[in-house]
Amino acid sequence: MSDVSELIGKPWRKPPFIQRRWLRWLLLAGFIAYLIAAFMTIEVNWSRVYEGLERGKKFVLAFTSPDFTSRSSDIYEGMMESIIMTVASSVVGIAISIPIALGAARNVAPLPVYLICRGIIAISRALQEIIVAILLVAIFGFGPLAGFLTLSFATIGFLSKLLAEDIESMDKVQAEAIKASGARWSQWINYGVQPQFMPRLIGLSMYRLDINFRESAILGLVGAGGIGATLNTAFDRYEYDTAAAILLIIIVIVMALEYLSSVIRARVQ
Amino acid sequence: MPVREASGLKIWQRRTQRESLSHWALWLVGIAVFAYCWQQISAATTWFFVWDAPRIADDIWTRATPPKWEYITQLGKPIWDTLNIATMGTMIALVFAVPVAFLAARNTTPSRFFIRPIALLIIVSTRSINSLIWALLLIAIIGPGVFAGVIAIAIRSIGFCAKLLYEAIEEIDQTQVEAITATGASRWQVMAYGIVPQILPAFAGIAVFRWDINIRESTVLGLVGAGGIGLQLSSSLNVLAWPQVSLILLVILAAVVISEWVSAKVRGAII
Repeated sequence: MSDVSELIGKPWRKPPFIQRRWLRWLLLAGFIAYLIAAFMTIEVNWSRVYEGLERGKKFVLAFTSPDFTSRSSDIYEGMMESIIMTVASSVVGIAISIPIALGAARNVAPLPVYLICRGIIAISRALQEIIVAILLVAIFGFGPLAGFLTLSFATIGFLSKLLAEDIESMDKVQAEAIKASGARWSQWINYGVQPQFMPRLIGLSMYRLDINFRESAILGLVGAGGIGATLNTAFDRYEYDTAAAILLIIIVIVMALEYLSSVIRARVQ
Repeated sequence: MPVREASGLKIWQRRTQRESLSHWALWLVGIAVFAYCWQQISAATTWFFVWDAPRIADDIWTRATPPKWEYITQLGKPIWDTLNIATMGTMIALVFAVPVAFLAARNTTPSRFFIRPIALLIIVSTRSINSLIWALLLIAIIGPGVFAGVIAIAIRSIGFCAKLLYEAIEEIDQTQVEAITATGASRWQVMAYGIVPQILPAFAGIAVFRWDINIRESTVLGLVGAGGIGLQLSSSLNVLAWPQVSLILLVILAAVVISEWVSAKVRGAII
């Protein structure tokens, strides 16, 4: 605090969020310059937007009368495929990511293994699902197999990274106690390490299941199976009531999954 | 503690018999479900293509390497568009996310039974639908282009930002708010001096975090026609110009890595 006598008699002012004055002004000026530049280059066809408002209104109204029936078999098939892809890829992804997470934790794995596993995680995290899906569709052909592989691959990066961080911050005392009783390496992992990361693993798995379902809804856009293809067709044919029905189903399933995962997480922790 | 007796010896076990039985049953159900799912996937797959996959992958690899480096001159504008979609989308999202977050937080919502559920519904519904789907929808409504991408990113981000922000608002230190209230401050003054300073670091962190994710997402929005570098990607894929595809993928990878680095730096400086 600066000199008190200097402050007396002056009204209090809120301290600014960024303390250094020049940095504050520089950031502000840069920001405004960027905004102007960005506005100049974005071309908006306002008459087209205005025309679209009518269709937008129709779409919003479609939510009040979603049409579940007229394309029900397509919706059912797409949904089932999405769910099947989600479940299968979550199981496989989790199964693969546990050993990789153990390998990516510095207090469990030796350095070479650590580097390899961290490399795998980095690659999986840097590539987006949809791009991986495009490549896998090109390689394996259309269908849910490509989507399944994509989601499994994405699960590995997500789960291994968070799990490895959890393992690295585990309680050493328990693990040492198990080691002191003369346990083999596999016993050490099973009784000293695994019980410590299990609650986190269950929570993360549920969260990833939720993400996988949401992602599976878009993989169909590039031909990797799931509800996305049905949704795309509905939009292309301007069948907004069917599209609204599909979106509502997605929202309800995501809400149910979120609720389920919060219940399960509350139980295991 | 479950202990089993075998020929006079006491053996420690992790679970009682009943527990291990129910575990076993759970595993059985899980494996059955997985087997069913796998069978369905397998039935929908043309296995001939899968056995042929190594050859195809090799073929694509030889076509895609080396990347067509001179094509990079045409990628400047798309990258700029991508950056704009992510940044403008994040800003618009934040403008909407802040009020929604205040309405959704238990300690600031004006009405717990009417307004809070509505705010939570907005959060869930915008969050559970991917930005690509929002883009598809907006393209059908307002036509293809960068603008549709900006709005798609904005809508998708509202729920995400509002959720994280309202959790931050619920975790604030109530004593500071009480202190401001005790000075006779009005409702808005309490908000400005008691709550906002406490959530500002979280807010900045969330904004940068979401911006990073949005850069990632906006690189692929072009696949459905919503502007950005994805547009180049899809047109290159459509004409099977693999050297261009590999260059675009490298550029996207670089953009993702740079944005992640920037966001990590900024968040490190804030927290």
